[in-house]
Amino acid sequence: MTSAELTALAAIEEGKYAQAFPSFGPERRGAPVMAFVRVSDAPIRTREKVYEPNIVVVLDPTLLKIVNVEAGLRDGGIVILNTTKSVEEVRKESGIKGRLALVDASKIAMETMRVPITNTTMLGALLKATGLISMDGLRAPIEHRFGPIAEKNIKACARAFEETVVEG
Amino acid sequence: MGKRIGVEVSIAAAEAAALADVDVIAAYPITPQTHIVEHLSELVADGHLDAEFIPVESEHSAMSCCIGSSAAGARTFTATSSQGYALMSEICYIASSMRLPIVMTVANRALSAPISIWNDHADMMMSRDTGWIQTVAENGQEVVDLIFHAFKVGEDHRVLLPVQVNLDGFILSHMIEPIHMPDKAEVDAYLPPYKPAMRLDPAHPVSMGPVGMPDIYTEAKMAQDQALRNSKAVIVEAWKEFGDKFGRYYKPVETYKTEDAETIIVSMGSISETAMTAADALRAKGKKVGVARIRLWRPFPEAELFEPVKGAKNLVVLDRAMNFSGGDTGILGGEVKSVLFDQNHHPSLRNFFVGLGGRDITVQNFEEMVEKASANGGKPVPYEIINVRD
Repeated sequence: MTSAELTALAAIEEGKYAQAFPSFGPERRGAPVMAFVRVSDAPIRTREKVYEPNIVVVLDPTLLKIVNVEAGLRDGGIVILNTTKSVEEVRKESGIKGRLALVDASKIAMETMRVPITNTTMLGALLKATGLISMDGLRAPIEHRFGPIAEKNIKACARAFEETVVEG
Repeated sequence: MGKRIGVEVSIAAAEAAALADVDVIAAYPITPQTHIVEHLSELVADGHLDAEFIPVESEHSAMSCCIGSSAAGARTFTATSSQGYALMSEICYIASSMRLPIVMTVANRALSAPISIWNDHADMMMSRDTGWIQTVAENGQEVVDLIFHAFKVGEDHRVLLPVQVNLDGFILSHMIEPIHMPDKAEVDAYLPPYKPAMRLDPAHPVSMGPVGMPDIYTEAKMAQDQALRNSKAVIVEAWKEFGDKFGRYYKPVETYKTEDAETIIVSMGSISETAMTAADALRAKGKKVGVARIRLWRPFPEAELFEPVKGAKNLVVLDRAMNFSGGDTGILGGEVKSVLFDQNHHPSLRNFFVGLGGRDITVQNFEEMVEKASANGGKPVPYEIINVRD
């Protein structure tokens, strides 16, 4: 939810319209949860969940074994994964057909922040793989959310931006 | 001139109550309302809001404290949901009967059992006949604006009634979206300080809410009903003034493409946005569909609702709480039918139950309902639950 929230806040900061919302369950840290984001240049007028995403961001690689992360993905859509594997390996093991963007976010998060929490790291991958939001827009929401540890989060985000491999 | 921010709607609701300079907040946490009072308690604890925050042991106590503080002349705010509302409800009737302008946000949630923390309108329907003025928000901006409006209307000496601002639990309460937050000076210019008509004051002792013997009870209830009926003019006037000051104009019933519509969806709350998207999708397929959204739930805007729907062939009326009447019609369905009954010519009506206990309502669901209503040929049909397994 944190990365969904930050994405929406960054988009709003840039003058766009956005919604971010959790899948409204009893959320527990570490349990599988879904969160949704819509970003638009025009006011957003729907309250449905997102059933046909353009972009899917997967923060935890183990989810690939229990969830079809590609369900409903639109034509030309992209799946952004936290993984240690290559495009070929991921495609072979998960059967994902859509375009892929890959980054070892767990490693980056551990090395820059010393925690295995990949929210802000994966935002770096989102920045690289899509033009949805910009680093400039993200800065204020990250600073507001993380205060003294904001710089570390921004560093992790920037490093993920560098290291993300986006399929052509 | 305020500013546009990205914010969770619950936080914005709390900030709105703070901008309205509330004196007393008495509340008990319950999902999905919790973030509203949690943020208010932070604002008070951090010294950003000069108010008394009373953490009580139940919603029953919360409303009891609100009655005490409002009767003493304090601007008073609380929030609740679902089971919390159920426990509070005994005291809610007393708040309106004592004509105390308390403002309460209700993050609408289903009632147990089975236990559901998710959104529907069961608590709003339960509170329907408590004598409170009730408004229903469609989005986060409206939640904020309706809170300012609630204080303005409730405290007006021509009204003096408590006001409940309904917002869909989770779907609005936990949504992050852009909201224009006005600054303090703008709110102050719209909302003058609360001047109680009468108050508990040791120097001038009065009794409030004493026993009403049979020779006075009927008159008391008649006066209360008249106050609620008369409030509509003030509600509309306060929306006009709000629009003139803030540029956002509100009406008891909002319409979308109803002018030439053959089928009109009648709804309340945030799903009305999905309904508008569905209306556009259906229009692209050549079907003339519009939406009439009820913003003012109590007093019920009968004339304001009939006017935009009178030329339509079919109405699709959405109920979002099971009412167990044993009959063929839901609560909103029945309210709308009673509006139509006195008219010589009126549209036929199909009543659907949707979105109970957090079930999502999609554009496709709306298309199905509109299809069914237009295929109906005006014959009376019992209510139908949409998107349900047998």
